[in-house]
Amino acid sequence: MKFIDEYRDGTLAKGLKDLIQTQAEQIGKPVTLMEVCGSHTYAIGHYGIRKLLPESIRLISGPGCPVCVTSGRDVDTAMSLALKKNVIFVTYGDMLRVPGSSGSSLQKIRAGGADIRVVASTLEAIEIATHNPAKDVIFMGIGFETTSPTVASMVKICLKKAIKNLSVFSVHKVIPPAIKVLLDDPELAIDGFICPGHVSTIIGFDGYTEIPRRGSAAVITGFEPVDILEGIHMILAQIIQGRFFVENQYSRAVKPQGNTKALEMLGEVFMIVPAEWRGLGIIQASGLVFNDTFSAFNALARFDVPIMESSNIMGCMCGSILRGVATPHECPLFRHACNPQNPIGPCMVSREGTCSTYYKCH
Amino acid sequence: MCIGFPGKIMCIDENNYATIDIGGTKREVCLDIIDEPVGLGDYVLCHAGYAIHKVDEALAQDKLALLKELLEA
Repeated sequence: MKFIDEYRDGTLAKGLKDLIQTQAEQIGKPVTLMEVCGSHTYAIGHYGIRKLLPESIRLISGPGCPVCVTSGRDVDTAMSLALKKNVIFVTYGDMLRVPGSSGSSLQKIRAGGADIRVVASTLEAIEIATHNPAKDVIFMGIGFETTSPTVASMVKICLKKAIKNLSVFSVHKVIPPAIKVLLDDPELAIDGFICPGHVSTIIGFDGYTEIPRRGSAAVITGFEPVDILEGIHMILAQIIQGRFFVENQYSRAVKPQGNTKALEMLGEVFMIVPAEWRGLGIIQASGLVFNDTFSAFNALARFDVPIMESSNIMGCMCGSILRGVATPHECPLFRHACNPQNPIGPCMVSREGTCSTYYKCH
Repeated sequence: MCIGFPGKIMCIDENNYATIDIGGTKREVCLDIIDEPVGLGDYVLCHAGYAIHKVDEALAQDKLALLKELLEA
């Protein structure tokens, strides 16, 4: 497949591995790099990238999996909405098995009779709403800047076609404020960020300028093995030179200005609010909800939902793992009580979750 | 969740939807979000039913050639 196979080339990967080895020797001290995208977490595990790197290069995972960073309270709210009468609750598949604070999940309440449907696109939610005019269809809007423009497009289509039975429970988040929290964390000292490729397709370079300002490298990176190795090589080059800036390994998919049309759509539909992240707590200006013009699409305004008194899952270390201060092996539940067949924390549920990746690959 | 894949545009309909070919698999994607004009034969990056970026083929080839050069040096 064009634009994929070239970036899985073994000779190029081997060349980059050797180059990284030389760079690591030149640096002569441990280096910690963080990826903040679940697709990177998965790819790094799947392609065995850690095993290709010298011991001094440590890769840690940050809060890059949208399902994983969704707070217990939001999971509980999703279940409460899905249990409303006459509702079809529509979500991406990853969300189904995430446990709420009671241990229940959308999957469990679906087994109990709730009408919960899995889609791969907001366009399918529009179809469901169109084919079920007597039902209230609620779409769970989850994801970072890559995904939120598809929800903006969906509500614009609904407005144009006068589809009134579709609303959105938005837990959409934006990445740059979370990176700032990580930069502020005294427990973390990150030398370089493997910046998320497809978030950057939408936001461009602007969201990362704080990283070099704080003396860390920032390289926007693609998802194939050669991409990731080249991204790491570029980060190490910045460290060696002692000159930090936002650099783009993934130029075939990312322009410096991002996707201006998508950014305009986000600005037209959403407003920025504080949001609760699992592991990171409330982060100011990190969530997206509909602005006044589109507020009719807000499921929380349309339905009466009690304020949830949610609690954390006992013993689960997902919060620390999402901050990058713990690895799954440090969690007492990992592999034993918590495994892909019986996930206790969200990082074990999603294919892109750090625990799920470690379970399969390390 | 931010998974994306490149596909080649095979046709575009009057509703601004394109049929794309990803290694032999056909998918339909909406072109409402993409910010550049696209036509038949162009490669687009697709995510959750939408094309979100036109792949710059020339730039991709140049960058790959540069990487090969660097590794052969």
